[in-house]
Amino acid sequence: MIKLVYLIPLFPFIGFLLNGLGRRAMSKSLIGIVGSGMVLASFVVSLLIFSEVRQEGFQPQTIHLFPFIQFDSISIPFALQVDQLSALFLLIITGVGFLIHLYSTAYMHEEDASNYGRYFSYLNLFVFFMLLLVLGANYVIMFIGWEGVGLCSYLLIGYWFTNDAYNNAAKKAFIMNRIGDLGFLIAVFWMILQFGSATFTEVFAEAPEASTAALTGITLLLFAGATGKSAQIPLYTWLPDAMAGPTPVSALIHAATMVTAGVYMIARSNVLYSLAPISQYVVAIAGLATAILAATIALKQNDIKKVLAYSTVSQLGYMFLGLGVGAYVGAVFHVMTHAFFKALLFLGAGSVIHAMHHEQDIRKMGGLKKRLPITHITFLLACLAIAGIPPFSGFFSKDEILIAAYAHNPVLYWIGLGGALLTAFYMFRLYAMTFLGSFRGTAEQEHHVHESPAAMTIPLVILAVLSVVGGFVGLPDIFNEKLGTHHYLDHFLSPVMQGADGTAHTVDHSTEYILLAVSVLAIGITCIVAANMYRRYRYSETAPAGIGRAMENKWYVDELYDAIIVRPLKWLAWFFNSVIEKLGIDALVNGVGRAVQYSGRQLRLLQSGQVGTYVLLMVVSLVIFFIIEFFIRK
Amino acid sequence: MPINYYIFLSIALFCIGVVGVLTRRNAIIIFMCIELMLNAVNLMLVAFSKMHHVNQAATNATAGIDGQLFVFFIMVVAAAEVSVGLAIIVMMYRNVHSVDVNFLNRLKH
Repeated sequence: MIKLVYLIPLFPFIGFLLNGLGRRAMSKSLIGIVGSGMVLASFVVSLLIFSEVRQEGFQPQTIHLFPFIQFDSISIPFALQVDQLSALFLLIITGVGFLIHLYSTAYMHEEDASNYGRYFSYLNLFVFFMLLLVLGANYVIMFIGWEGVGLCSYLLIGYWFTNDAYNNAAKKAFIMNRIGDLGFLIAVFWMILQFGSATFTEVFAEAPEASTAALTGITLLLFAGATGKSAQIPLYTWLPDAMAGPTPVSALIHAATMVTAGVYMIARSNVLYSLAPISQYVVAIAGLATAILAATIALKQNDIKKVLAYSTVSQLGYMFLGLGVGAYVGAVFHVMTHAFFKALLFLGAGSVIHAMHHEQDIRKMGGLKKRLPITHITFLLACLAIAGIPPFSGFFSKDEILIAAYAHNPVLYWIGLGGALLTAFYMFRLYAMTFLGSFRGTAEQEHHVHESPAAMTIPLVILAVLSVVGGFVGLPDIFNEKLGTHHYLDHFLSPVMQGADGTAHTVDHSTEYILLAVSVLAIGITCIVAANMYRRYRYSETAPAGIGRAMENKWYVDELYDAIIVRPLKWLAWFFNSVIEKLGIDALVNGVGRAVQYSGRQLRLLQSGQVGTYVLLMVVSLVIFFIIEFFIRK
Repeated sequence: MPINYYIFLSIALFCIGVVGVLTRRNAIIIFMCIELMLNAVNLMLVAFSKMHHVNQAATNATAGIDGQLFVFFIMVVAAAEVSVGLAIIVMMYRNVHSVDVNFLNRLKH
């Protein structure tokens, strides 16, 4: 069965070709069936592979498909890696991806068939590249997937390409990703230089012999790639703008694909990171800073998708905090639970937007609890999960990261807990403003509010169930002792996490109890306060003043980037265009042309038609040749 | 006789030919000047041929004869060329009733 792993990325690729090429010939229902069916097929294969991988004593396998790059002593095969980590990610990507495809068939029903086909082909391509990314057995194959998801995010964010603002958002995502990709690429080259190979197993085997400086450089460059893909400081601003795409696309980008790539890559490279403590510090600090910064911005956003986008950035920050403090399993665990509840939140938001006829401003919502019962319940469960209320999934994964951070340095824990409180606050502000209180939209909107069709609510329900129970695969040790269970995920992933040391779990039990109690209590109180504060929200146009205003404007980070990077670059481009290009290169090229024309006009006069002149010229030139030959050239 | 005499004579003939071609306008005279240049070269060829084989002249009566033979070939070819050239000049006279080369300035077009 393991040998058939190539089928997993192949199915979505076939779906991409069918939908992309046949989008004018196929009906919408057929496109939907092909698009979702291919991902479902991948999911089935992934399940079969997973069932094999989860057996006790499974050894990671590499499936060689064909040689890819071969020169000199360096050989980079096109090979797929099947182990615990990639099997887990396969399940997340294809499982959540399938639900999002299913949801899209209903959400996008207003599009005409040709655009519908385009949408599903992009979606399938996205899944294909993401699968390639997690399946690649070396950094080069991973890089192909890495670039591919960047391309697909561009295509999907700019899906409604007639809108300039959306196109700009797409370009922003692409360019910011490219900045990070450069770091990744240099890291791969450095790796090949250092180890003579980019294959995971070989690199990790030789890593302990390499110098710390080289490892730190490689890992920092890899992290630069991760900041672009996974939206960390300083390259996070593209993700909130990525809201320009259709809502299921946001769900796909935020939950199953794309942003988890960076976390996956670092978790995959855990051996390298564990050997480079400086990089780990950088990762942890960047992650924590991102978590807090994004959370503060999310507090004041009024667009339902923007709030969720910043919450993704913030949650990704937690994952990087986990990676930075050596809790690789915790980070992967959080990727998994986050995929469930963030997909659920986005799809729920999509359901709300669908019901509200493309209204995204939560100030104009409210009181949707009765009108959208399924969306409401599932959204509430997702909010509880992301806020970290036990026993929902987010609690366990976030707690594992925070406890690991505490073991590393208590300061990290307290700051992280502060961020978790902010998370609870903005999520319940969002929940209360959307579903509680009274309706604040127009009468016409109120008339049209309706629950979404089954194709949209079924994924919501499935994801809600997963969000609720997903955390039980990784119970904290203190519960495991009482219940006689163990940390299934930790156990499952241990073969691929050689880099993880034992320090992640050295908090003594009494401290852990106290920390858990404090965090649960604080988060619970925050949730209730936020919900109560905003359930009686009344719409007002007055903009917040002072710090709230800075938060609403995202701390002016976009403006800052605009001033220090975009404008100088534009000026430079203007300079090159109008000075170097027009006055330099153009002048040179035109000058050559003009000189030839001028000399041609003058030389033309020599052609008089008089034979005598020609002969005279001939003799004169012969004489000149003789003079040169005999007197000048010695 | 030293070879220099031949060379100077040959150069003088050649230069007379060149000046004649450049300065005269009558096609027939130009033609004659061309022949003059040709024969200057022939003279040169014979002289050099003789000089080249001067060491063998005592033993071999026919030494250097190939150079002279070559000159005969050139004369034959020149005769053929003259007949063609004269035919062109005759045709030219029939068309423009003149053998003045300055009338022939149509090469421009």
